Amino acid sequence: MTEVLVLVDHENGTVRKPTLELLTLARRLGDPVAVHLGPGADIAAPVLAEHGATRVLAADAPEFADYHLVPKVDALQAAFDAVGPAAVLVPSSGEGKEIAARLALRTGSGLVTDAVDIAPGDDGPVTTQSAFAAAYSTTSRVTRGVPVVTVKPNSATPEAAPAAGTVEELAVTFGPLATGTAVVSRAPRESTGRPELAEAAIVVSGGRGVGSAESFSVIEDLADALGAAVGASRAAVDAGWYPHAHQVGQTGKTVSPQLYLAAGISGAIQHRAGMQTSKTIVAVNKDAEAPIFELVDYGVVGDLFAVVPALTEEIKARKG
Amino acid sequence: MSLRIVVCVKYVPDATGDRSFAEDLTTDRDAVDGLLSELDEYAVEQALQIAEATEGAEVTVLTAGPEDAADALRKALSMGADKAVHVEDDDLHGTDVLGTSLVLAKAVEHIGYDLVVCGMASTDGGMGVLPALLAERLRVPQVTLLSEVSVADGKVTGRRDGDAATERLQASLPAVVSVTDQSGEARYPSFKGIMAAKKKPVENLDLEDLDIEAEQVGLAGAATAVLSATERPARTAGEIVHDEGEGGKLLAAFLAGRKFV
Repeated sequence: MTEVLVLVDHENGTVRKPTLELLTLARRLGDPVAVHLGPGADIAAPVLAEHGATRVLAADAPEFADYHLVPKVDALQAAFDAVGPAAVLVPSSGEGKEIAARLALRTGSGLVTDAVDIAPGDDGPVTTQSAFAAAYSTTSRVTRGVPVVTVKPNSATPEAAPAAGTVEELAVTFGPLATGTAVVSRAPRESTGRPELAEAAIVVSGGRGVGSAESFSVIEDLADALGAAVGASRAAVDAGWYPHAHQVGQTGKTVSPQLYLAAGISGAIQHRAGMQTSKTIVAVNKDAEAPIFELVDYGVVGDLFAVVPALTEEIKARKG
Repeated sequence: MSLRIVVCVKYVPDATGDRSFAEDLTTDRDAVDGLLSELDEYAVEQALQIAEATEGAEVTVLTAGPEDAADALRKALSMGADKAVHVEDDDLHGTDVLGTSLVLAKAVEHIGYDLVVCGMASTDGGMGVLPALLAERLRVPQVTLLSEVSVADGKVTGRRDGDAATERLQASLPAVVSVTDQSGEARYPSFKGIMAAKKKPVENLDLEDLDIEAEQVGLAGAATAVLSATERPARTAGEIVHDEGEGGKLLAAFLAGRKFV
């Protein structure tokens, strides 16, 4: 049977949602085989099995935590050699893309990054990506080796498809490059209690018009009323009003939620690159000429400090 | 100590222009003016700062690209880099990221290096994997996506703000690093810098100089094929209302209509 490797993104065995999306996409191409590196495979395995993993190849070693990235490449390569997969799917994070790239090089394979869809084709899987700040949509095919594809969050809806999910130990021999970069210290990001930006169904973002760090509470209040993640434009991040981890745009996160709400954001190309594939877009901006209004399904020309709090109150009232 | 720094830069179509694809589905380089990729300016800046803090450091800026890519090198030289290397060859047209990493790795070895500095991604292809590929090919450590970087005692140290955690990473030189747009504003070239750049040496290399066969690069050598490129249909104009006290309520009604509330 054709098998497809899926690299699991997790924190101590708690699987992040994009991995479940990858398992769902992998089932279109063959039997998903999950690769779990680091601690917590026993915690992750039932979740992975529930979403279609026929096998869970697990490896844990101090190298994964003590050294950066390359030990994971060595391990994924070991899984690649052991399984002989038809394709390899990796979550499209910074780390995921770098791991995928090095694996592709080592295995003489073609690489596709930031796919938003993948489908079987006569000559192997066909991927869909966005290009030029999402002004274009492209399809691609890997022509050499085994397709190594990184897939963006929100590219599929995770589906339950119970499979065996048998945990098997993956034997890994670390190469000389594995210990090249030491992780001197690691501070996990503190949870805000809100959904992850890249994975959220609804994103509420603030920009230059918010005016200060304190005023971002207006954005946060609306986000909380909607159960949304909070985003920020580059202008707001560069001004120091909101952390960079929340930046939406070309050099921040690319998001594609069901609903994107932009407040006080003009819609410069750098920002549009990160959000214009959102399903529904709404905006509040003082400037009727702001380019963001070219993208919106619904726009309100007005002062965000009047409109956004009123919206928050109305949502709370409707939700009772 | 001496420190040989090579900065890899890319000449890209201006991201604020209407970028498009050529007939062979490669990036159309004629439709929009080209320039030094904005994200590579941060790499040049950090390379210069490291060089300024190190006695006997030399910064070489490297690009692979068409004739016009010399503009990107000149910009970096005017910012303060010491010399430039331009790999130019007709057979490079359509090279994918794996092929580009081969060309740059060979060129970096040709130049001689202790530290390779890259930007976080190009502003056109935007894959963000070239630094990792360079490290793999050169068989040296990668210390990438840094928002803060320093070099001391033969080691490079930096801060990587990942999705899940912030990490401090360290590796011995030689190494490949990449820096993000959070690493610090890039300097503007001074008039003096622009004048000085005109006299700085630019070495031109082709594939033969680097011992690379034409089949290893170009469209034919690529391990991926772009099958189609379609302009995303413009979003149909939505309803725009002016707030006259009811804006928030109207927006809530719209969201409720779409089942978001």
